[in-house]
Amino acid sequence: MSDSKVVDARDTFCPGPLMELITHMKQAEVGETIELLSTDEGSGNDVPEWVNKVGHELINSEKIDGVWHITIRKAK
Amino acid sequence: MSKLNIVCVTGTHEKMQMAAMFASVAAASGDEVTVFLSMNALPYFLKNHNGAAPVEGPLGELMSKKGVPPFKQLFQQAVELGDAQLLPCSMALDLMEITGDDLEPELGPPTGLTRFLSDAEEGHMVAF
Repeated sequence: MSDSKVVDARDTFCPGPLMELITHMKQAEVGETIELLSTDEGSGNDVPEWVNKVGHELINSEKIDGVWHITIRKAK
Repeated sequence: MSKLNIVCVTGTHEKMQMAAMFASVAAASGDEVTVFLSMNALPYFLKNHNGAAPVEGPLGELMSKKGVPPFKQLFQQAVELGDAQLLPCSMALDLMEITGDDLEPELGPPTGLTRFLSDAEEGHMVAF
């Protein structure tokens, strides 16, 4: 996952992290992966929900030291 | 894809914020979003308005102190990322004695209630 682009959205509140992710997803090429960093507690549920709804691929989601690390591959 | 119609009239920080969150998340998730802006919600969309809004209560106070995305930015993202339509109420424009040219560029054409209601016949409607 070392080639993932990191989007650091720590210390912003809902829906800031999701909107930052979506901004970068729009610019990414299909197949690219993005790792979102978020301290917003709701991101752990909301971001995978969005990924599922719009049809991208959730690679990984884990909370490390209070920070959500959510990795997504752009599928379309 | 579902359709969401949002009506903003009150103009307090909390209600503008919640409306902007609905609009941005729904639009970016592929929903068709239309926001009708009237009454005290419209003046924030005058060109270069800083978006400062009166708070209703403690959550509004907290939002002012923490890193909450500004509602004008969220509405703008709803347009840019999800093709939301932000429609200024033509009656409110008349009351304020301004035209659509005085408003932020992301806003759509001045729209009357008849047209908005006709377009909003299908889908959900929420009011703030």
